Amino acid sequence: MGVKVLIVAEHDGSKLNASTAKSVTCARGIPDAQITIAVCARDAAAVAAEAAQLVGVHSVIKVEHAANEHALAAILAPQIAAVAADYTHVLGPSTTFGKDVMPRIAALLDTAQISDIMAVESATRFRRPIYAGNAIVTVEIDPARKIVGTVRTASFEAAATGGSASIESASVQVELPTHTRFVSVSAAKSDRPDLQTAARVVSGGRALGSAEGFKILYSLADKLGAAVGASRAAVDAGYAPNELQVGQTGKIIAPELYVAIGISGAIQHLTGIKDARTIVAINKDAEAPIFEVADIGLVGDLFQIVPELERLIG
Amino acid sequence: MKRILVGIKRVVDYNVRIRVRPDGSGVVTDGVKMSINPFDEIALEEALRIKERGGAEEVLIATIGPADCQAQLRTGLAMGADRALHVQADGVIEPLVAARALLKLIEREQPFLVIVGKQAIDDDNSQTGPMLAALWNRPQVTFASKVELLDGKARVTREVDVGLETLEVDLPALVTTDLRLNEPRYVKLPDIMKAKKKPLETLALASLGVEARQGLKLVKFDPPAQRQKGVRVKDAAELVDALKKKGLL
Repeated sequence: MGVKVLIVAEHDGSKLNASTAKSVTCARGIPDAQITIAVCARDAAAVAAEAAQLVGVHSVIKVEHAANEHALAAILAPQIAAVAADYTHVLGPSTTFGKDVMPRIAALLDTAQISDIMAVESATRFRRPIYAGNAIVTVEIDPARKIVGTVRTASFEAAATGGSASIESASVQVELPTHTRFVSVSAAKSDRPDLQTAARVVSGGRALGSAEGFKILYSLADKLGAAVGASRAAVDAGYAPNELQVGQTGKIIAPELYVAIGISGAIQHLTGIKDARTIVAINKDAEAPIFEVADIGLVGDLFQIVPELERLIG
Repeated sequence: MKRILVGIKRVVDYNVRIRVRPDGSGVVTDGVKMSINPFDEIALEEALRIKERGGAEEVLIATIGPADCQAQLRTGLAMGADRALHVQADGVIEPLVAARALLKLIEREQPFLVIVGKQAIDDDNSQTGPMLAALWNRPQVTFASKVELLDGKARVTREVDVGLETLEVDLPALVTTDLRLNEPRYVKLPDIMKAKKKPLETLALASLGVEARQGLKLVKFDPPAQRQKGVRVKDAAELVDALKKKGLL
């Protein structure tokens, strides 16, 4: 068998998540890889059609089952593990979806997992960050076993669209557990760009002082067409919801422009933004560590600077 | 007995500035402060709170690693755990091996709930919990921010990329902790004294029938690429100019 890569699609039942297109780019870095995307859903047609357009994808397989309505790791993992028999590699994004399901797949396949792949050196050799990105380790995996990995999405561009991969249906005969049930999800509806994939991000820290104070960021973000992010301190303090957290344990992002407002720059936060093209820092403390990584720094009172900035941008 | 098992990992303390050894063979760990992985501390705190509310009778902590790990188990006992298990193993212990060892402890101790951190802050793998749940063939709820125990079931809220998701699982089950589940308590001096008398059992990894297989060879370690030093601007107007110059406005 040649190098055959199976990518586990992330989606919401109707649309493909951008993390899948980034996983495809990572897979294309593996020499001679033939790439297949698996879409597990109740009805996979729409998502599969979208996946088939990603350039570099050879085929898309639909894994349809009523139990696949919600992405529950305990239910998806045995199905993917069964499909994986025909592949050398199984990849998924290093998002909360992938971090949940991929290790469960790896264990069922009795193999180690490479988490947060940031670079591909060969079909068996990869680079990944450890210690909150303070060290990069190169790992080599035994090709005798299946190679399972999660893709650090901030390290890869999304694959282009315009392809036309074949779409097939897989019939997977495995018993699915009933011990895990979806109850609800509360997702904040927003017209702003998605934090994970936005080209511009305006992010706030504890210096915003309150949930009320945090609102000045939304206004600036809207002027810039930016997504809103937050430091762990701001989320812990209740100024912003958890899904906005940027950093080692939150989202790791790589926007063109990252504006850090009132964020001191703890190591775990910097881990989440070090791939941003341009970092702007606004902070009243001239010694704040955020200035060590900022391309443009401005020392001053954010409550004066932010409204002025908004006015100047117009 | 209604028992909760908590997995604990000894890691370099989160305040330590990590340096890669000049020869690329690893990171500097000699003479560096070691602690319980912060997410595992949250796991232990949650188990203790469940017990304090009457939801469990015993909190058992376990770790896999060299003899030095006993210091972190003693800290866990001082926090309030009733009993500790130390699976003695030297060298690299990958998540799949840790999961296999923890499974053996589950088979022996029959907990109704297993709680571990969502990731360890050294290797940032974020694997052991789901791997253990897979081998155990039981439910997993990762990234928990709220755990409610009901009759034979648990309702757990998890932090996911889109917001908060709630799942209901049958017990026994595995939960991995996120940051906002709780704030771990501080250890008091009398508790440290008391912890010295609590039971701590040592087992060899091989005696559990688990092989310390290493699936990933660690070829080399490098420091991360550094960002170029930036510029300072004096006010909002200069900032706007600088952004325009970069073509960002």
